[in-house]
Amino acid sequence: MRAGFARFARNRMALFGAAVLLCLFLLVVLTPVIYPDDPFKLVGPALQPPGGRFLLGTDTLGRDVAAEIAYGARTSLIIGVGATLAAIVFGAVVGGMAGYYRGMTETVLMRITEFFQTIPAFIFALLIVAILSPSVSSEIIAIAAVSWPSIARLVRGEFVSLGGREFVQACAGLGASDARIIFNHMLPNCASSVIAVGSLLIGTAILLEAGLAFLGLGDPNVMSWGLIISAGRAVLRSAWWICTFPGIAILLTVLGINLIGDGLNEALNPRLRER
Amino acid sequence: MRFARYVGYRLLTALPVICGIIVLNFLLIHLAPGDAASVLAGESGAATPEYMDELRHKFGLDQSLGMQFLTYVSNLAHFNLGYSYRNDADVSSLILERLGPTSLLMLTAFGTALALGIILGLVAATGRNSWRDNVISLISLVAYATPGFWLGLMMIVIFSIGLGWLPTSGFDTVGAGHEGWAEVWDIGRHLVMPAVSLALFYLALYARLMRASILEQTGMDYVTTARAKGQTERRIMTGHVLRNALLPVVTLAGVQAGNLIGGSIVVETVFGWPGIGTLAFNALQSRDLNLILAIFFISACLVVVINLAVDVIYFMLDPRMEI
Amino acid sequence: MSETVLELEKLTIALPPGADRANAVSDVDLVLRAGKVTCLIGESGSGKSLVARSILGLLPRPHVRVGSGRILFEGQDLAIAPQDKMRAIRGAKIGMIFQEPMTALNPLHTIGRQLDEVLRIHTQLGKAARRARVLELIDSVHLPEPGRIIRSFPHQLSGGQRQRAMIAMALLLSPRLLIADEPTTALDVTTQAQILYLIRELQREHGTSVLFITHDFGVVADIADEVAVLQRGTLVERGTAAAVLGAPGHPYTRALIAAVPKLVPPPARPANKQPFIVEARDVTKTYGARGLFGGDVTRALAGVTMELRRGETLGLVGESGSGKSTLARAITRLMPIDGGEILLGGADIAHFSRRRLRPVRKRVQMVFQDPYASLDPRQRIIDIIAEGPIIHGTPPAKAREEAQALLGLVGLDPSAAQRFPHEFSGGQRQRIGIARALALHPEVLVADDPVSALDVSVQAQVLALLADIKARLHLRMLFVTHDLRVALQVCDRIAVMKQGEVVEVAPTAEIFFSPQHAYTKALFAAVPGGTWQDRRAS
Repeated sequence: MRAGFARFARNRMALFGAAVLLCLFLLVVLTPVIYPDDPFKLVGPALQPPGGRFLLGTDTLGRDVAAEIAYGARTSLIIGVGATLAAIVFGAVVGGMAGYYRGMTETVLMRITEFFQTIPAFIFALLIVAILSPSVSSEIIAIAAVSWPSIARLVRGEFVSLGGREFVQACAGLGASDARIIFNHMLPNCASSVIAVGSLLIGTAILLEAGLAFLGLGDPNVMSWGLIISAGRAVLRSAWWICTFPGIAILLTVLGINLIGDGLNEALNPRLRER
Repeated sequence: MRFARYVGYRLLTALPVICGIIVLNFLLIHLAPGDAASVLAGESGAATPEYMDELRHKFGLDQSLGMQFLTYVSNLAHFNLGYSYRNDADVSSLILERLGPTSLLMLTAFGTALALGIILGLVAATGRNSWRDNVISLISLVAYATPGFWLGLMMIVIFSIGLGWLPTSGFDTVGAGHEGWAEVWDIGRHLVMPAVSLALFYLALYARLMRASILEQTGMDYVTTARAKGQTERRIMTGHVLRNALLPVVTLAGVQAGNLIGGSIVVETVFGWPGIGTLAFNALQSRDLNLILAIFFISACLVVVINLAVDVIYFMLDPRMEI
Repeated sequence: MSETVLELEKLTIALPPGADRANAVSDVDLVLRAGKVTCLIGESGSGKSLVARSILGLLPRPHVRVGSGRILFEGQDLAIAPQDKMRAIRGAKIGMIFQEPMTALNPLHTIGRQLDEVLRIHTQLGKAARRARVLELIDSVHLPEPGRIIRSFPHQLSGGQRQRAMIAMALLLSPRLLIADEPTTALDVTTQAQILYLIRELQREHGTSVLFITHDFGVVADIADEVAVLQRGTLVERGTAAAVLGAPGHPYTRALIAAVPKLVPPPARPANKQPFIVEARDVTKTYGARGLFGGDVTRALAGVTMELRRGETLGLVGESGSGKSTLARAITRLMPIDGGEILLGGADIAHFSRRRLRPVRKRVQMVFQDPYASLDPRQRIIDIIAEGPIIHGTPPAKAREEAQALLGLVGLDPSAAQRFPHEFSGGQRQRIGIARALALHPEVLVADDPVSALDVSVQAQVLALLADIKARLHLRMLFVTHDLRVALQVCDRIAVMKQGEVVEVAPTAEIFFSPQHAYTKALFAAVPGGTWQDRRAS
């Protein structure tokens, strides 16, 4: 009874996460309607506190903070999802090859993966963006470059354990090709854990993006949450709202994604269900 | 004996990682668009042609790529990381003098996160589904989603600007001339907010993992054995479960060491903490790429050392570890 | 009649709502007497382990609990005893050992420390006295070098040694009752025989009462004074070992005993002179060589030579680590070998490329050990069976038609086709595995211990199916097993493997009546319930 209640409560958390994300999607979709203007456009006097004509106030140059946040949401989602997809594809290929072919291939690939897990991720990402010059695509590349090792290790682990499972050996014994074994049997059986971990990675990617943009490595032509905070920092003493609201947006988004990720984890990996 | 052999083995396996970092660093210099010399000099446009020539010569940029690499390695071996034109100082001494504040911040944050995370995870797991568990889980969920730099800014708004309790930035009060305990107290007051902003995310991470790990371990057969011996639940937790449950946390702590260094860059920037992070930020602003590369190299080496230490601790905790 | 140590009175253990039945066991009455071994026997899911755990209050709370009834021990009812009372009894007056000694011991503590813990909990003894007692017990369970053993960690001991250490731990304080929950199931047959002997020896020495949980009637025959048979939560029969084994009263008991393979060889047949279909020549395989730093190297196959003739079933018998499964996987080319030849119909397939191997795959098919791991959980049964023919070019529609027909052949309902593996029991899954292997019309069937994970009654059905199919389809079969009784029932010839080598090969009757190699003799001697089986056979 109590366990059932707890499960329900946890599901409710995942539902909350889904609701938050839904709102975010709606915001992204409706942004051009609500704020048809360029978010960089100066629309009013500078440093207007929230609650007046501008719901969340204006920044140092007189731009509408609410509009900035709405456009920033799109950037965060594009970069978060894009970087995660890239990381999953690359990580799955590396981890899959290591876990399927084993032997020397595995040793070499996993040493490389561990190496990329060892080096300080954020500084590496920062270097990549600095060298490629700041833009949305270089941010995606940089974040994917530091996120793939965890996927690679996960997929490799799943492939190794699946490869030892008898149903995969049975399939090999039937004469199936590598492609058939990998795509028909192994990938479907590890998809659930990749989805669960991948959804959590989106949250991490959004946090990373905010950090990069905060340090001035965001695309200067695209509005992003980190950029707003970075610009508002100088006037923190007099205009707290510029920094506060985009941060809350980041927090809610990442929280929502993590809650969904946890929910997926519990739903898709029954082994964890009793926890 | 077994111990010494393990340490030797780990030192040996650390070597290829260091080599990898060197190669990666070298590649990054050459990946950058444009002349490597201008990359190294920084795009500030302030470098004199003489300095550019000196750079070309020093890094052997007029030679073949293989020779350049050898020159690069030999420079590193002599701890010669180049010269920062913008800062008008040797890169290695620039980094060295900032290592202290950064280490203080990182160790404080890391220690707090680990200790509190373990304790909170333990409290949450032992009172599973109680209000304590729910509160701790909720806090860690939120902390897990909060960007450290934003948390820092919010703390400045509340505790420095609003309440006036803590200083907004810096390492100590400039010109106050505190000595002895007064100085420690002063630095401590400056340290609180940066350390909390840096630690909170990891605290949440460790608490979540510790909770899951304890719950997993309490389902193990050896716990039933301990019960069948007549052991009390408290002693089963402290004597058996805790050490087993710590193992994955230790592993994760090692893996996260690198991220902690990255996190300190943004946090130091927020609080003007005179460490490597602020140095990196300033280097970014002035596009002093060579300095960032050097910081990357040093912090990567630092991570290797931390990982080594963590692995050795793990080795001492787990007798099953074989070389 | 000796003194009663513990009495179960109408014990009922309640399961959480949503389980397959309301009570794990209902109204179990059982009396455990001093100096007697009582075996509680049942198949998986009978509730026997929960009975054992309920006595010490070790049920997985809060989901499973004692619903009603009493557990009387020394004048108190353990079912309602407070925790501190229970703690004083656990380990001191009632000791317990478990099925899997590796997980039942804390991996991070030395054996000595884990034994010492019992004395620290229950006695005021000083350090030296505790150590002396620990060493004494380690010695009494016949572990070599007690001084070294107490400094060892669990992973440094063998399975048998770990179980001995567990026994020493359970007996440290000379408890009046020892509960043994399938203590030999995870062990090899020769180790099992030694552990059974040890439990018997110590129990006689101390006059301990033993509650022995098992699923194996052979073990019952070896160790029990009294027997209680549990069928899905209900105690259907109890009595002395001689009575229950000799003249079982309840039909369920009779069926269980009948399903135990008899320790008799099939009647000797004229020697099979047909040509070889599969030959292994000097096959070697080494695991775990790790270049730079050496590391542990296990020789799984140390030059094995073996032949399978047309029209016969060859048994590969051995304990874990003997290399029998490795050989089966080498012959089916599921695992590369380091050296030697594998001939199929005279052609060496050991080094065939993947492309050349493909047609060979059709000719040799395998049935796997674990019915839960050998079917893809995300495939429908019909697709599992039809996959092989589809790979080899049969049009999918025709392959599915044939698969549907195979379901009938292996005794499954046609409606099974559209369902998923998790909807089937272990025995049914093994039938699906057999159908998958047969779908390719192989010449050789390799069965890797296909019944070891099944209950004895299901085991008998699957063995009967295999025998039937073999006769109908004229298959040659390589039958890998750890169970000599099964091998005697199924095989025409038996090859005994030990440490990567075949130590003896002979026709089944011959190897049964006059085993040549010392290890073969030891294996036969260790079969649980051997003497009982002899009497059954005659």
